[in-house]
Parts: sequence; C-alpha cells; structure tokens
Amino acid sequence: MSMRTPLAKVRGLGSAKSGTEHFWLQRLTAVANLFLVSFLIWLLFTLAGADYDTVRRTLAKPYIAVLLVLLVLSAVTHMRLGMETIIEDYVHSEWLKVAALLLNTFFAILVGITCVFAVLKLSFGA
Amino acid sequence: MAEVRHTIERPLSPHLGIYRPLINMVMSIVHRITGVANYVGALLIAAWLVAVAMGPDAYATANAVFGHPLGKLVLVGYSWSVIHHMLGGIRHLIWDTGRGLEIGAVNALCWTTILGSLALTVALWLAGIAARGGL
Repeated sequence: MSMRTPLAKVRGLGSAKSGTEHFWLQRLTAVANLFLVSFLIWLLFTLAGADYDTVRRTLAKPYIAVLLVLLVLSAVTHMRLGMETIIEDYVHSEWLKVAALLLNTFFAILVGITCVFAVLKLSFGA
Repeated sequence: MAEVRHTIERPLSPHLGIYRPLINMVMSIVHRITGVANYVGALLIAAWLVAVAMGPDAYATANAVFGHPLGKLVLVGYSWSVIHHMLGGIRHLIWDTGRGLEIGAVNALCWTTILGSLALTVALWLAGIAARGGL
C-alpha cells in the first residue's frame, strides 16, 4: 500500500500538464496557416493555366519548396486537431470514436507525407 | 465515457431546433463545415502536387479534371471554404484575446466573415479571369 497522499499522487498529472496543448497547437497552426495559406492562394493563382515546365521549375525553387513543406505540416496538424474535436463532439460510441480518431491521424499523416514527398521529389530531382 | 441508457423521458434543454438562426450561431456552424470541407479538400492539393511530381502526363490529366466546368465549380467552392475558414479563424483569434465579445461586435465580426469571404472569393476569381482573359 502506498504511503503517498491522494494529493501527492495526482500532483503534476492534472490538466495543467498537457490540457492546453491541443488548444495552443490549434491556435499556433491557425496563425501559421494565415500566412502559409495566403502564400498557397497566391502560388496557385500565379500558376493557374501555366505549362508543365513552369510549374515544375517554380515548385522546385528552394523558397517555394520550403514554404510548401511548412504549409503542409502546419495544415495537416491543424486539420487533424480540428477533426479530432469534431469526432469527440459527435461520435459517442467508444470503439467508433477510437477508430475515427485513429483514421483521422492516419489520414493527416498520409496526406502530409505524400505532399512533402512530392515537393521534395521536385526539388531534389525528378 | 460509457454509454448512458435513457429509460425515462427526461426533459431536454432547448437546442438548435428551437432557436431562430442567429448570425453568430450560423457562422459557428459554417466554420465547422468549412473546416471539414478544407480537410477533404486537402486531397485536391495533394493530388495536384503528386501530379506535378509524376510528370507532364499526370499534370495534363490533373489540369483536365480541374479545368472541367465541374472541376472549376469545386475549386470555386473550395477557395470560398478556405477563405471563409481563414476569416472565421481570425475572428476566433480576436475572441481568444477577450476582445470583440459585446453583442454588437460579435454580430459585426460574423457578418464580416460571411460577406468578406464572398467578396474575396469573387475578387480572386475575377482577378484570375482578368489576368488570363478567360476562365
């Protein structure tokens, strides 16, 4: 039997440890996305209707590639967190919720890695 | 939490169905819906990047799909969804600071979100048409 008091056991394990992480990361990526998505809109606007070589060479430019990778990472993090909240709000069956949360994470990572791989392939030689 | 079985008819607090739609409540719902749309729409961006990485043939196919009238319609809707979610996000970031929570300010911010997103979307596509001399 433990000699520790109930308070000692829970100290440091409360919401203050990681409870604000979800909220904070959602805001952090929201602010990042304001700039990065604006960049994407500008990029797609300038590239719409362009021929293949122009698009390929533009996406291979270092600063474009870096911004695209940043956008992808920030966006998939943000959308994973948002969908997580929606799932937790509306899916009440426990196993269905866990399955949905898993698929949500898999989807975000799959989309993220696919996009990053495509951008890097264009940068490092296709 | 385990599922709760309701055996007796309990009184429910008033929910969505009973209220006249207010702009802040509609914008809250639309923010969520556009969030989901952007989530699915991320596949469009991924498909486009992959098509460019795959080569000229895949890029031509992607262009044909996005250039089809239905494809364009989806892109117009997607661009509005993204812009609306961005403006809604700015509104939420303002609220996060504790500002703009008076009823007048709330309504003004919500109307700015919907009208601003529509105006920006129209402006974006008109600028695109003007830049290329056609849709």
